Amino acid sequence: MLEIRNLHVKVEDKEILKGLNLTVNKGEIHSIMGPNGSGKSTLSQVLAGKDAYEVTDGEVIFNGKDLLELDPEDRACEGIFLAFQYPVEIPGVANTYLLREALNAKRKYNDLKPLKHVEFGKLAREKMKDLEIDESFLKRSVNEGFSGGEKKRNEIFQMQILEPSLAILDETDSGLDIDALQVVAKGVNSMKSPDRSFLIITHYQRLLNYIVPDYVHVIYDGQIVKSGGKELAFELEEKGYGWIEEEKAAKV
Amino acid sequence: MAIEFNNKVESYVNGLPEFQKTYFKEIPSWLSDIKNEAIKSFSKLGFPTPLDEDWRFTNLAPISRNSFQIASNGISEVNKESIDKFSIPSLDCHKLIFVNGRYVSDLSDIKSDADGIVIKSLKEALNSDKDLVEKHLGKYAEYKNDAFISLNTAYFEDGVFVYVPKSKIAEKPVYVLNISTNEEAQSLVNPRNLVIVEDNAEVKVVEHYVSTAQNVYLSNVVTEFVLGENANAEHYMLELESKKAFNISTLRIQQKRSSNIKSHSILLGGAIVRNNVHPVLNGEGCNSDIFGLYLPKDRQHMDNFMRVEHASPHCDSRQFYNGILDDKARGVFHGRIVVHEGAMLTDAKQTNRNLLLSDTAQIDTKPQLEIYNYDVKCTHGATIGQMDDEAIFYLKSRGIPNKEARRIMLQSFTNETLESMSLEPVRESMENLILEWFEESFANK
Repeated sequence: MLEIRNLHVKVEDKEILKGLNLTVNKGEIHSIMGPNGSGKSTLSQVLAGKDAYEVTDGEVIFNGKDLLELDPEDRACEGIFLAFQYPVEIPGVANTYLLREALNAKRKYNDLKPLKHVEFGKLAREKMKDLEIDESFLKRSVNEGFSGGEKKRNEIFQMQILEPSLAILDETDSGLDIDALQVVAKGVNSMKSPDRSFLIITHYQRLLNYIVPDYVHVIYDGQIVKSGGKELAFELEEKGYGWIEEEKAAKV
Repeated sequence: MAIEFNNKVESYVNGLPEFQKTYFKEIPSWLSDIKNEAIKSFSKLGFPTPLDEDWRFTNLAPISRNSFQIASNGISEVNKESIDKFSIPSLDCHKLIFVNGRYVSDLSDIKSDADGIVIKSLKEALNSDKDLVEKHLGKYAEYKNDAFISLNTAYFEDGVFVYVPKSKIAEKPVYVLNISTNEEAQSLVNPRNLVIVEDNAEVKVVEHYVSTAQNVYLSNVVTEFVLGENANAEHYMLELESKKAFNISTLRIQQKRSSNIKSHSILLGGAIVRNNVHPVLNGEGCNSDIFGLYLPKDRQHMDNFMRVEHASPHCDSRQFYNGILDDKARGVFHGRIVVHEGAMLTDAKQTNRNLLLSDTAQIDTKPQLEIYNYDVKCTHGATIGQMDDEAIFYLKSRGIPNKEARRIMLQSFTNETLESMSLEPVRESMENLILEWFEESFANK
């Protein structure tokens, strides 16, 4: 599904990703962990298509297509979804409007008819119930005046409506209390399917108690330096990232 | 003989006797007196220059140096079809048509409304409702210190007159369409409107300015709104003049106890536009909500001058003006809040937000508070920014195409002011025009 080969990325002349390799197959849940500044968020933003990042080398193949050639909106329509670490507030644009526009843009891209207001409303209400989101949510402006937890839940809500084939969660767990975390995890788990993959970027192992990954990768200094099963996450939690750094230093 | 003006102030003074003779067969002496006084003020004041603090950001040389003349009829260029083309679709209203400032009864459509409500041309009302007109006209829009009000007062010929007696509610809005024709370039038109809303009465008035061609002229508008106790009124200024024209408008609102006014200004047309809104909250518990949206592009210049006067305790005012500027356009927002002595517990709020879509567009925003009192709450805030790239990326990452994302962002900005309009057809019509504006703006990028 997703194949990242030797990815090098620069931001304002500073190299952040230095030859990153990663393969995610259909239906797999991968977790990427790493200390601050290791390149976790850069990876997620590059995959979503943010133009402040310059890819200097390498390639990303998504479902057989060269992902880096596509505009952000086309990537979304092809099935990529990024849950933002810091969701953007957009005053004056109602949540429901954004969602309907987004869903119908994706349907149009895939030669499907747009969803009628009523059908959309029904769909939205169903999903909102599961995420314990109040109905007033739909009419409120996108993320405006939302608490941190509400913003993150809104990202998951959008993901549920848009049904991506690859969902990238960029530190969705950061700043959440345990209740909100469980709601978010429930939302993600309900989306698990043999056709859908997840890339869960996190700083803490805590989320992985609720969303169990198939693979855990450690990113350090712009590269994936260690990969393993879910045990790796526990090891990291216990020992911190120091030993990874030492290990890497020893190799050099 | 055409009455003509040149770049000398005297030409305006000299033209007045001939003007009165030509356009008023029998001018009441009180009106003639006011007109003569007003032109004296104008000759003393002259057109403002940027040295005048209130006109610092707006250079009127293109107006003061121009040679205008009193407009001819131009009626031959307008018919039922052209009226329909300009009018707001599906707005059920009393429709008054003015061509080059003159009322055209054949094209107008005043429906019957509640008993006692009067809707007609001001010129007619000078005879039929003489006492009301004499009592109110010129009593609020002070001409002594304002060149454009004095010029209007001296040279106004006609406009709309609305009178809603005590406890009556005008069910249908009063829609006033002002059309400028190009029969003759460089005309000067001085529409003068008077709206009297007595205690507990209600009315909505829509002023709409358009032109049949892209020609040079000056619309110098003065509208006086008088609100009795507990009266409710809504005012719309839809400024869609020719891109070469000048529009100077003054909306002066006089409020009594517990009255409410909502004013909406949409500025889209004109080369130089000045939008003066001046409510005086003169009675406890008044509300003034003033909304505006200005969208200059190319080399258009739009200046919004707000003066909100709190003269009594417990009054609330809200100013909410948004601007989107493109190309080499210039915008001005001047928001003055005056809290007079004794106006305790005033709650005044002012917001001015601006989006610049090009590197060459420019906005000057100047909030001003004058407070002669304790125990008041006044806030003001102004922002100037570009389109939020983070928000655009966020929308695109959800699958929304670039152009659509930009449109949504601009719309979110305009919605903040449009949402306050209670007349749905007006709002829709303005939304469509604004969408066209966006399309044009994107096409050029």
